[in-house]
Amino acid sequence: MKSAVIVFPGINRERDMARALKLISGREPAMVWHADRELPAGTDLVVIPGGFSYGDYLRCGAIAARAPIMDAVRAFAAKGGLVLAVCNGFQIACEAGLLPGVLMRNAQLRFICRDVYLRVERSDTAFTRGYNAGQVIRVPVAHGEGNYIADGETIARLEGEGRVLFRYASPDGMIDPNWNHNGAINAIAGILNDHGNVLGMMPHPENHVEAAMGCTDGRGLFAGLSAHFLQAA
Amino acid sequence: MKARVTVTLKSGILDPQGKAIEGALKSLGVSGVASVRQGKVFDIEIEGGDRAKAEAALKNAAEKLLANTVIENYRIEVTG
Repeated sequence: MKSAVIVFPGINRERDMARALKLISGREPAMVWHADRELPAGTDLVVIPGGFSYGDYLRCGAIAARAPIMDAVRAFAAKGGLVLAVCNGFQIACEAGLLPGVLMRNAQLRFICRDVYLRVERSDTAFTRGYNAGQVIRVPVAHGEGNYIADGETIARLEGEGRVLFRYASPDGMIDPNWNHNGAINAIAGILNDHGNVLGMMPHPENHVEAAMGCTDGRGLFAGLSAHFLQAA
Repeated sequence: MKARVTVTLKSGILDPQGKAIEGALKSLGVSGVASVRQGKVFDIEIEGGDRAKAEAALKNAAEKLLANTVIENYRIEVTG
């Protein structure tokens, strides 16, 4: 799996992401600067990592979404290339028009930095084939603006087309307002675009991939992607 | 030419920051406040004196960057 991690000023999770990609796919990702206009030839997977691009000025992800490299990312996605957008990456992908909706200030108005439980809704996608449908995984979140919302019609489409891949849940997989930390509509933690090739999610699977991290529940996502590309090759 | 673009949340979009400000005003004893919605103001200087061109440029700026039209409305005023 040949992956490319996009680096914007103010991003701070790109090295965690690169480490997870290297560890699980066995291949060092290319680090691509925001001012570049092209992705490396033969890129399989584009990753937009987390952090605070441009200091969250204007709106989270708003400035990064208009960076030169994003035209190449949009063209890559339009051709069906896989894009994984995590945390600030999810916010950037929404602002860039790669995903519908928007991530608002957390309902409790507080920055949340803790482990959360996610229910994996489907296992039949390139992103979630490393998990079972209904499986609960534990991964960290670290965000102030993760409260997903879109208009009613968009939410109905996302739900109707099975494009919600991850929801905030209790440890036993129940959807419960007490476990929906940021107040996201329908406890949405991760969604697919309409063609199923762009995943945006607020939690950080890349931070739970090694025993030393205390949990390896995030590995399934990267292992699934690696298997997807091995099979395709 | 001077202009101002005001960006506000669409009605129906939850505004937790506005709610917090509303609560703070109430706890300060500022009476008569029914509700608060927070927005943004951009003061922009436009080159040249063509009003129609300025309005077109500001609309472009608002649509492309200043507002996220999924959740926000914008208003343009060219103040001369």
